[in-house]
Amino acid sequence: MKLSIDEVEHIADLARLRLTEVEKERYAEQLSDILDYIEHLEELDTDHIQPTASVLEMQLRLREDQTRPGLSQDDVLGNAAETQDGQFKVPRVLGG
Amino acid sequence: MTSLTDLSIRECLTGLRAGDFSSRELTEAYLGRIDSLEADIHAFITLTPDRALAGADAADAILKSQDHPPRLTGLPIAVKDVLCLAGVPCTCGSKILENFIPPFTATTVQRLLDAGTIPLGKTNTDEFAMGSSTENSAYGPTLNPWNTNHVPGGSSGGSAAAVAAHMAPAAFGTDTGGSVRQPCSFCGVTGIKPTYGRTSRYGLVAFGSSLDTVGMIGRNVEDISLLFQYFAGFDPLDATSVQTPVPEIVLPQSPDLNGLRIGVPEEYFIKGIQPEVEGGVRAAIAQMEAQGASAVPIHLPHTEYALPVYYLIAPAEASANLARYDGIRFGPRLGEGEDLWEMFTETRGKLFGSEVKRRIMLGTYALSAGYYDAYYGKAQKVRTLIKADFDQAFEEVDVIAAPVAPTTAFKFGQHTDDPLAMYLEDVFTLPANLAGVPGLAFPVGYDKHGLPIGMQLMGPHFKEDLLFSVGHAYQLASD
Repeated sequence: MKLSIDEVEHIADLARLRLTEVEKERYAEQLSDILDYIEHLEELDTDHIQPTASVLEMQLRLREDQTRPGLSQDDVLGNAAETQDGQFKVPRVLGG
Repeated sequence: MTSLTDLSIRECLTGLRAGDFSSRELTEAYLGRIDSLEADIHAFITLTPDRALAGADAADAILKSQDHPPRLTGLPIAVKDVLCLAGVPCTCGSKILENFIPPFTATTVQRLLDAGTIPLGKTNTDEFAMGSSTENSAYGPTLNPWNTNHVPGGSSGGSAAAVAAHMAPAAFGTDTGGSVRQPCSFCGVTGIKPTYGRTSRYGLVAFGSSLDTVGMIGRNVEDISLLFQYFAGFDPLDATSVQTPVPEIVLPQSPDLNGLRIGVPEEYFIKGIQPEVEGGVRAAIAQMEAQGASAVPIHLPHTEYALPVYYLIAPAEASANLARYDGIRFGPRLGEGEDLWEMFTETRGKLFGSEVKRRIMLGTYALSAGYYDAYYGKAQKVRTLIKADFDQAFEEVDVIAAPVAPTTAFKFGQHTDDPLAMYLEDVFTLPANLAGVPGLAFPVGYDKHGLPIGMQLMGPHFKEDLLFSVGHAYQLASD
């Protein structure tokens, strides 16, 4: 399994990562090595094996539908790079 | 006179209660120790001395005024910097959370605060707990107190080094693929990786959500078992927290291990393991036999597949969990003035370190259209086989004994250019995370360079108490 630079760029786009040319080449090589190693899994016949959803038998819990104290607006916005009028501020999303 | 920083936790609590020394004296002793060693070890990312001393004074007032103060009142601890402590920076060893100050506290940490402990600071970690050496911390690596040319292990390397160097009596760690046990092995200290779901993940910055556990690192089994009872247990704020009650941990008074069946898995004593590590672990098993246990050869046939399974599942979960670092809600923002895409890619591309980006890429690829079944789906099926290995083994034996890592602490830079070689350091710790079983790591000797050798005991789900009892019996016999 050998990842091409195009494939690395495609994965980086999906992951919203801007990579340098050096990084692209390094990751192409390193990820290819790791994927080669991962291909050992092909040795195993898993046709009739259920995938693990959880290591423990557990049921999803419901809680009472009641309001409870939460974080204040100031607390929530306190770590943001930019805010305005009590909201997160982001760069332009559409157009331009 | 013995220094206060040499006392066990039980001795600390007894001394505090009896008024032999104050929490301020104990806390100052630890802060003094940190002051003199931190430049050489770099165990911490953030220190909170003022807060600690204020907490110590408050603890002393409680110890004087209350007949039944909370059990751990006045005891200092350290907290790995992936667990939130309100008002104190939580960097996760990453530039992308450099200025993040959580407005809330992780449940596990809060429970130890409620029991009376005092945080000394936040310990160093590989970025987002991804690594086996702390070399991936954006704030510089921690050095192994036994030999500063060697890594302390990771990702909870700061916590293990702090405990080994007596800069804290105990420290929180987290274990997603071995991050409590492997640094314990490298630093010669004791640590528990609990059953998945046993310790709350609320306030633990997420890495691999089906694998993440919060554990504890200390100098011996008695110390960590004392703390475990307080921070473990059900938490409604964590959707995968389990309601199985945590039993009161009563450690044996004698080293007797009569009737205990110890499984020794052949697959953990493979070619390539450092001979002294194998020798040290086998000698420890022989000692446990001398204490009355019987050693039973067993097989965990899918062990070799744990590494490829883990390096699909953990990066896949990480790629989803780390999508939240987008320059909007927390952390610095780069690529401003352009559009949203520019901000996302610049912020994430520049502020994540190379190992984190490598794992996000790997996980994104494994989950992407056309590859999901071949990679992620296949890995979750093989995970079922790995878990079945353990289920079957625990029908024959009570605990499983194995090395924690194939080697003792390696040197800085030894694996930095070869990620796969670094991943192979985790080959013996990953299976417990994939199966969700608890693991207890503790020292069993030294190699010829004086570096510690670690052994782990793995047990059935929720049997931390059994692991503590067996580990304590071993430590009684070997001290």
